[in-house]
Amino acid sequence: MTKNFSRLTLATLLTIPAIVQAAPTRHVTIEQPWARETAEGQAAGGGFMTIVNTARQSDQLLSASAPVAREVQIHTMSMDGGVMRMRHLPEGVTVPAKGRLDLKPGGLHIMFIGLKEPLRRGTHVPVTLNFKNAGTMTVDFSVQPITAALPMGHGQ
Amino acid sequence: MSDWLPRIRRALWLVIWAAMALAGGVLLFRQYDAAPPPAASDIPFGGHFTLIDRHGQPFTDAKLKGRPFAIFFGYTRCPDVCPTSLNRMAQLRTQLGADGNKFDIVFVSVDPDHDSPQTVGAYVDLFGTPIIGLTGSTAQIAEITKAYHLYVAKVPQADGDFTIDHTAAIFLMGRNGEFVAMIDHQEDQNMALAKLRQLVGA
Repeated sequence: MTKNFSRLTLATLLTIPAIVQAAPTRHVTIEQPWARETAEGQAAGGGFMTIVNTARQSDQLLSASAPVAREVQIHTMSMDGGVMRMRHLPEGVTVPAKGRLDLKPGGLHIMFIGLKEPLRRGTHVPVTLNFKNAGTMTVDFSVQPITAALPMGHGQ
Repeated sequence: MSDWLPRIRRALWLVIWAAMALAGGVLLFRQYDAAPPPAASDIPFGGHFTLIDRHGQPFTDAKLKGRPFAIFFGYTRCPDVCPTSLNRMAQLRTQLGADGNKFDIVFVSVDPDHDSPQTVGAYVDLFGTPIIGLTGSTAQIAEITKAYHLYVAKVPQADGDFTIDHTAAIFLMGRNGEFVAMIDHQEDQNMALAKLRQLVGA
């Protein structure tokens, strides 16, 4: 009986730290992070992903950074009467509560600005994302050929 | 008799105010009228230009004579429309089969501040089909922008850099450099293919 009790206590004690550690930041996950390959000398490149937020409150992607670029900015792109417009979103983007936000071709994306080397197809680039509530996380973006509309294996 | 003069004076002021308002309105209307880019179908797109090829050498419209061509304007920092349009041209060329090599694909970077001639050359190579990549000085870009009636506008960013708003249509030009048709960025692929078939005379 005493033995059983202590086992139970031990098991409980071991479980608690795991729960405490996992609780604060795992409300946000990233799906399909990918970037377009760039040419030698190209100043900037685009990156895409889906942000999934399981929290009851909305969250905000405030900023991002990557060792491969001088700066990473959050941008939006739109078509307006046959004219392509791209804008920097200095405040970042909101991810809805219990929802998803797609950064995909034709709309929101991150821009790797001041590339230190080209983004080469088949490689991965780490990107650190900074969320208002979920905090900071580093995600590997898979570099896809420029001819890909969506990452390999995820075509529509 | 004594309240007669002020009444006339008031009436005169009213007339003056009305005239000024009308003139102001006409001016505003004219400004508004002048703002939108030309879209009329009778405007001939194309004409003479001098740009710079990937080797830094001058490239004029004369070099394209004798073969039809599809020309698209953008910049390598462009997130979607530029790669999508160039991919589309590459796909259309494949779909045309043997006729696919009867026309040239030309990409012009309107961002010489960020895109060197060599960078444009390396960029077009990524698409896996021969594409002529060009850029030019600010004056040369201005010349071709005017010739094709493009909307190209630098938009300053807070960090001192800029993005470029630009027309995203693909212009299809005949073997003598004459305008034939335009492919809109949202256009159905079959429609685009039909236009290209017409262009190459297939």
